Amino acid sequence: MITVPLLGLLLNLACDTGYTDASRQFAEPLASRGDFPTEIHEPTDFGILKTPIVDDEGKEKLPAGAACETCHGPEPDPDLYTPPPADENYHTQVEIKHGKLTCYQCHDRDRTKLHLADGTQIEFVDVIALCAQCHGPQYRNYIHDAHGGLNGYWDTSQGAKIRNNCVDCHVPHAPAFKKATPVFRPRDRYLKGRD
Amino acid sequence: MDEFTRRAALKSGAGVLGAAAFTRALAPLTEWVPTLSKDEFLQKHYRELSREDMDKILRHIESKTKKLYGADVHVQDVRPQRDMEFGYALNLSICIGCRRCAQACHKENNHDRPTGNSYIRVLEMTQGSMSLAKSDVDYDHDVPAEGHFYMPVQCQQCGNPPCVKVCPVEATFKDGDGIIVVDYDWCIGCRYCEAACPYHARRFNWSAPQIPAEDINPNQAYLSNRIRPQGVMEKCTFCLHRTRKGRLPACLEACPTGARVFGNLKDEHSDIRWVLENKRVFVLKEDVGTLPSFFYFFDK
Repeated sequence: MITVPLLGLLLNLACDTGYTDASRQFAEPLASRGDFPTEIHEPTDFGILKTPIVDDEGKEKLPAGAACETCHGPEPDPDLYTPPPADENYHTQVEIKHGKLTCYQCHDRDRTKLHLADGTQIEFVDVIALCAQCHGPQYRNYIHDAHGGLNGYWDTSQGAKIRNNCVDCHVPHAPAFKKATPVFRPRDRYLKGRD
Repeated sequence: MDEFTRRAALKSGAGVLGAAAFTRALAPLTEWVPTLSKDEFLQKHYRELSREDMDKILRHIESKTKKLYGADVHVQDVRPQRDMEFGYALNLSICIGCRRCAQACHKENNHDRPTGNSYIRVLEMTQGSMSLAKSDVDYDHDVPAEGHFYMPVQCQQCGNPPCVKVCPVEATFKDGDGIIVVDYDWCIGCRYCEAACPYHARRFNWSAPQIPAEDINPNQAYLSNRIRPQGVMEKCTFCLHRTRKGRLPACLEACPTGARVFGNLKDEHSDIRWVLENKRVFVLKEDVGTLPSFFYFFDK
C-alpha cells in the first residue's frame, strides 16, 4: 500500500520541529575577549568658539575657531558675571539659547575650564557632569544607554560600547535638537501615484 | 482490422491532449535549470542540514553571489547563543522621525536598491492619538513636525508569532534566541505570513534584488542578510549576523538620538531590562496576543 509510507512522511513532516544535527541548534558559547569599559567620544574642539568668517561678497567661508584666551588672554576676567553687551558683535555670532543661563554659569574665571554649580572647576572634557546637574532624567537615561547615540557592542565581553558625548549632538550654547530633513523616503508599491 | 470507433478516437485524442498537457506541465523544469542547480532543488530544510551540507551551501551561495553580483562576500551560519532572548525598546519621546534607521537597514541587509526596501517603516503619528490608520509613512518635511510623534515599526519578534503558524512549509520559525527567521531556500513565496503579520513587517522579493557590487555588505548570514532570491519572503532579524556576536543592530547604531535600546532580556543587568523595569512600556497591538519582544515607551 502506497498510503502507509505517504502517511508516515506526512506525519514526519508535521511533527518534526527539531534539528537533525542537534549540535546545530545553538552556537558554541562566545569566548570572552575581555571586559570592555564604555568609551565616551571626546570632541576635539572643546573650548573653541566657532565664528563664521565672511568674505568680501558677504558669503560665509569656513567657520574659524578661536579659544577664549585667544582674545581675552590667560588672565581671569575681573568682571565675570556681566553678559557681553548686546551691541558687542563677536559673541553675538554665537546663538545663545540655553534657558536663562549666562556665560559664567558654566564657564569658569579660568578660561580654559568650566565649573559646576558649587564652583568646582572641571575640565572641558568632563562637560557631561556639568550638563547632568540640571538634566538629571536625561543623564539617568544616558547611563542606561537609553539616550544619545550608541555604537559598538551590546555584549561588553566582545567589545566596547561607544557613546556620544552630550555636546556631540547638543550645541551647549543652544542645545535644543535642531529639526532634521528626513532621509530615505519610502518607495513601497502601494505608495505609487502619490503627490 | 478493427473499425475506427468513436471510442478509439476519443482515447487517442485524450492521449494527445494528455501528452501535450504533461509536456506543458514540465515546461517550467526547462526554465529553472539555468538558475537552480540540482543540489539547490534537492536542498533540505534548514534544520535538517548537517554541518557539512551547510558548509557546502554557504560556499555555493558565496560563489553564486560572485557570479551574479560580482561581489566577494562571506556567508556564515550564525546560530543563537544559549540563555539569550533578544529584546528591543524604542523611546517615542526622543525619536525625531529622521528615517536613518530605515536607511541603515536598507544598506546593512542588502536590500533591493531600485525599490528602496527596508524592514523599518517610520509612522508619523498625531500627538494624543495611537491611530495607525491615520498615520503617515510618506511624510516629506522637516522633522519632528509640530503636533506629531514618530513610531518606527519593524518585526516585533513575537512570542506568539502568527506568521510562523500560517507558514504551510515551516520555512519560517522561531529560533533559540527568539528571532523569527526565514529559510529563504525553503520558502515557497505564498505570502501567507505577510498577510498574517499584524505589523506589516514582512516583505516579498518581487524581483531578484539589484545591488551594485561595491554596495553589497559582505558580512552575511544564511538566515539574515544574504542576498535573497526572487519570490521569497524576508524580514527583520534584529541583524542576527551582528547581534549574535555581541554587536548592536544597524538601525540602533544609525539612530542619532539614542531612541533605541537593545539587549538580552534574560540578563537582569542589561539596559533593556532597566527600561522594562523603569519605564512605562507598551507593546503594539497588545490585544492581538502576539507577545512582542519589541517595546515602546514615552519618557514623560
